Amino acid sequence: MRKSLLALAAGLLLAGSVSAASAADKLKVGFIYLGPIGDLGWTYQHELARQALVKEFGDKIETTYLENVPEGPDAERAIEQLVRAGNKLIFTTSFGYMDPTLKVAKKYPNVHFEHATGYKRDKNMSTYSSKWYQGRYIQGLIAAKMSKSGVLGYIGSFPIPEVVSGINATMLAAQTINPNIKVKIIWANTWFDPGKEADAAKALIDQGADVIMQHTDSPAAMQIASERGKLAFGQDSEMIKFGPKAQLTSILDTWAPYYIARVKAELDGTWKSEDTWGGLDSHMFAMAPYTNMPDDVKKIAEDAQAAITAGTLQPFKCPVIGQDGKEVECKGGTSLDAGQILGMNFYVKGIDDKLPGK
Amino acid sequence: MQLVLEKRAERSNTIALVSPLIAIGLTIVTMTILFAIIGKNPLLALHAYFIAPLTDGYSLQEIAVKATPLVMIAIGLSLCYLANAWNIGAEGQFLIGAVAGSWIAVKTQGTDAGVWVLPAMLVLAAAAGALYALIPAICKVKFGASEILTSLMLVYVADLLLDYLVRGPWRDPNGFNFPTTAEFDPVATVPLLIEGGRLHLGSIIALLVVASAAILLGRTIKGFEIRVVGAAPRAARFGGFNANQLIILTFAVSGALAGLAGIIEVAGPVGHLQPGISPGYGFTAIIVAFLGRLNPIGILIAGLFLALTFIGGEQAQIAMKIPLDVTKVFQGILLFYVLACDSLILYRFKLVFPNRQVARGAG
Repeated sequence: MRKSLLALAAGLLLAGSVSAASAADKLKVGFIYLGPIGDLGWTYQHELARQALVKEFGDKIETTYLENVPEGPDAERAIEQLVRAGNKLIFTTSFGYMDPTLKVAKKYPNVHFEHATGYKRDKNMSTYSSKWYQGRYIQGLIAAKMSKSGVLGYIGSFPIPEVVSGINATMLAAQTINPNIKVKIIWANTWFDPGKEADAAKALIDQGADVIMQHTDSPAAMQIASERGKLAFGQDSEMIKFGPKAQLTSILDTWAPYYIARVKAELDGTWKSEDTWGGLDSHMFAMAPYTNMPDDVKKIAEDAQAAITAGTLQPFKCPVIGQDGKEVECKGGTSLDAGQILGMNFYVKGIDDKLPGK
Repeated sequence: MQLVLEKRAERSNTIALVSPLIAIGLTIVTMTILFAIIGKNPLLALHAYFIAPLTDGYSLQEIAVKATPLVMIAIGLSLCYLANAWNIGAEGQFLIGAVAGSWIAVKTQGTDAGVWVLPAMLVLAAAAGALYALIPAICKVKFGASEILTSLMLVYVADLLLDYLVRGPWRDPNGFNFPTTAEFDPVATVPLLIEGGRLHLGSIIALLVVASAAILLGRTIKGFEIRVVGAAPRAARFGGFNANQLIILTFAVSGALAGLAGIIEVAGPVGHLQPGISPGYGFTAIIVAFLGRLNPIGILIAGLFLALTFIGGEQAQIAMKIPLDVTKVFQGILLFYVLACDSLILYRFKLVFPNRQVARGAG
């Protein structure tokens, strides 16, 4: 009995190694996902980009993903599992994977890593992120135009710079239309929790907000806005089917061009560690069609989009006045510099909220 | 006609030992059918889940790393549960231990503090976990408040405290406002056992905890007291055992172990304090405690086994492209069968015919 079990195990091992050998000439590309691939938001967009890779490179690559990987002690193991399964290029698609990715990268210098939205790099670890605040600026213009109550509702995830810069860009844009505009903020303290997100949207609407914006990943807020006859912006992905009469536009994470470029570099042997921070001009994200708004508002949005893409409109153009009424130091000459935006840790004037942890 | 569970007059020890094996066997049969339905080779899939992780040193290390906090917490919980004290808040005690220990790490960061840092962190974490667990215990003893509710609610308090600290006072000054402390200094880090691996000193501590618990329960009067108070409260009262005192004691011990597990996790595999340091260890440990039948050795095995299903699940996702959902179904089915088999050791099904009872009542 024991012998036959051993034989079975050996046979299985053999089968495993044979299949590994036939796949050896393919480039193996791995992904670590924060949410389930069906979250219809952040992770879903990465998954779409992975599918685009498969379509683009076909038999030349083999992709693998691990979904729902928590940003805690399990992340390092999950990344290392992908390395040990032979993946040579690994995308870790959430900020919380930064330190685990770095640890594994140091251990495996011959494997290349791509970490989304972080700031630590190594010679075999790149980072990539998008200037989403550009899209938030356009949304701020639309929101101020469309709001009758003059109150915008904003569902924040975590008070990290990416989110804070989005709130500020929204406010700065909205103030150019309506200097007295108000933004109400609720911190959900989660990226993905449809129940909490829906509660936040309800609370904001009850407080008088008639345009809902979100930095969380599910379409729950869009559904609530739709039910209550209010307007909203999607997040990460196209959410119009959750609010056909509610969605004004959505910031779409379009990772496919970047992923294709990086895989191509890996296949050509030209991959090197880089820090990519792309905006509308480099197609790191896109705006969903402008819907449920009159033509003049649509025109404002389209003009702003064109100007941001061309680089003639800077959302954080100096002078930027902080919440305390003092002018923020202008390190970038005509606008705040990259470091100030990537590490943004203050609110601009007019935001009636206290930054958590300050 | 009615189907009821009836308590068996006596339980068979052989069956009690074989029951987990029956459960695993049933799980394998069910999963084989499921794999076949979704078009995966069942043999290869089961191999990826159960055999592959046991065949290389790396996976074995990872299993030990994953099982370490689960086993430590579950041992403490088993003492509570044996004494009929229902500590559901190990997750909170885990977090408070992590916070308390990290306090030393954060305050000594960048100084020339010596080798005392890590031991001090471990001691403080255990003390903090114990004190935190004493809150529900004392509320129970003094005011009769349900310890199930109070200990559970304190989990959220601990969670929010940790959240506040890493977003506010303890935030890494060079961390772009992201919610995390700086990486701990080497003197504040749990040493690794194998160069280049992840196995750390915590696993040894967990083994010592298991051994101590086995001795406590098997060889000491205190252990006897715990078991009697839980199994036969009336007899215990006649015997002069103080149930309230035991609630306090077992809560303190389980809080200390959870707190210790918390700081070991933070100063070990994670390396800094951040939100989300626990993927629900404190709750998973409840399952581990019961899977291990509240027996120290059983808990060790159950912890390792549960860790195996996590590691195996990842390997199945990678090697066979089996979705994570299937792994969760798999874990669920396993627990279902274990509990079902356990119930059937103690109880048996019986058909009851109500009409006959009515007739008898009338007669």
